[in-house]
Amino acid sequence: MDEDLKKHVVMLLGSDKRLDGRKPLEYRKPIKAEYGFTKTAEGSAKVNIGETEVMVGIKMEVGEPYPDKPDAGTIIVGAELLPLSNPDFEGGPPGIQAIELARIVDRGIRESKTIDFEKLCIKEGEKVWLILIDIVTLNDSGNLFDASALAAYAALQNTVFPEFDGEKVDYGEKTNKKLDLKNIPLSVTVCKIGDKFIVDPTTEEEKVIDARLTVATIEDGTLCALQKGGEFPLTQEEILKMIDIGVERGKELRGVLKNG
Amino acid sequence: MVYKKRLDNRKADETRLVEAKVGVIKRADGSAYFKFGNTWAYAAVYGPRNLYPRFLQDPSKGILRCNYNMMPFSSRGERVRPGGSRRAKEISMVTEKALLPVLDLNEYPNSVVDVFIELPETEAGSRTAGINAASMALADAGLLMKDLICSVSVGRVDDKLLVDLDYLEESYEDGPVADVPIAFLPKSGRIALLQMDGLVSKEQLAKLIEMGREACKKIYDVQKKALKDKYKVAGDIDG
Repeated sequence: MDEDLKKHVVMLLGSDKRLDGRKPLEYRKPIKAEYGFTKTAEGSAKVNIGETEVMVGIKMEVGEPYPDKPDAGTIIVGAELLPLSNPDFEGGPPGIQAIELARIVDRGIRESKTIDFEKLCIKEGEKVWLILIDIVTLNDSGNLFDASALAAYAALQNTVFPEFDGEKVDYGEKTNKKLDLKNIPLSVTVCKIGDKFIVDPTTEEEKVIDARLTVATIEDGTLCALQKGGEFPLTQEEILKMIDIGVERGKELRGVLKNG
Repeated sequence: MVYKKRLDNRKADETRLVEAKVGVIKRADGSAYFKFGNTWAYAAVYGPRNLYPRFLQDPSKGILRCNYNMMPFSSRGERVRPGGSRRAKEISMVTEKALLPVLDLNEYPNSVVDVFIELPETEAGSRTAGINAASMALADAGLLMKDLICSVSVGRVDDKLLVDLDYLEESYEDGPVADVPIAFLPKSGRIALLQMDGLVSKEQLAKLIEMGREACKKIYDVQKKALKDKYKVAGDIDG
């Protein structure tokens, strides 16, 4: 960890300031979602939070269900931290950072029950729809967690089923059937530096955080997934405070979604 | 059926709608995107930077490393599995060779210039879009260059010779098809990339190369304009 940078960040936070002039609990601007940036996906969205830019594309595939859930489809989330998006990222198979990112987004969507997996069943025990959600980073200037969760949900909103004749998927023919989404799961990652909390860290701030808590919620504030990161432990009071921040800031992020 | 008129009504020597922008990835030392219709390539340049492991270093000059990658959702058909294919490796290699003639890497011993090409959407012509974007990104990164590189795919569908084949033309089944990705150094007119698959006569190939050369002149203008446009806003504020 860069001790000098950390001292400086902590000192600034002492007077409620940050390196880029923001308040501790302020997101960068603009926050925006562009729907359907690519026609080759069944659904897609590109999200910007400040300079951070994340793309999510969804391909729909027909496959076999899991043996323990013969009547349910599922989602499969992948994340690629592209070396094009950050000088520190390297090519090759996904590292632990990419895996954690994909898993957090996966749990936020899955556990929110926004998708009824049983409705993705085509023929019990044989054929179900698989929703393949791929997150790719275009520019990493920090806070990939929140940008990815937002982009993944927006891409789901944008998804239409391709034509399926019982044997194979015709990707050239799209139906007008959309996914039936019940809730809006989104995540807010709250970071602790010294004894202060911030949201939406830049890549520099990410280098000096003590702990982080990613708080995924649905619209009414119910929690649907949590993930603590960072090397320092947190007290119960701190966690509850971070959850409050997460729920509150989540409202702002929901504002950029269509009908939401 | 004879292929008389292009399915999307383009003229034989007309490319799909071309669009280019520079400075699109803030973290990169240089970046750009380039579009041929629905084929869309981003390129980011990092470097010159230190090269590790050290045994890869060349003490006499810097090296260029290109990586071409299709995003998982970028194909019209099934999901593209991440991790690279033999095709992607080959395209990375020919891209590298296409860009090298305009670069002077003698100033950067022991270093690497990394070029990452990523495609969010593809519909034929993706390597040529990638090369165009990469050449702009290298210029944006401020590297020493003799010229830009301009690339387009030309080809034959049935007995028609065409510029910038699209997906439907590449998969035409009622007659012979040939696809010729080509890249030029626009000032010297030399050719830095040439591949061909399909059937053509030597005469047809000569004609195709000329058509590619003409199309690349227009692409060159688009690239130069995009590079200048990046600095336009800053200029306006100053003025």
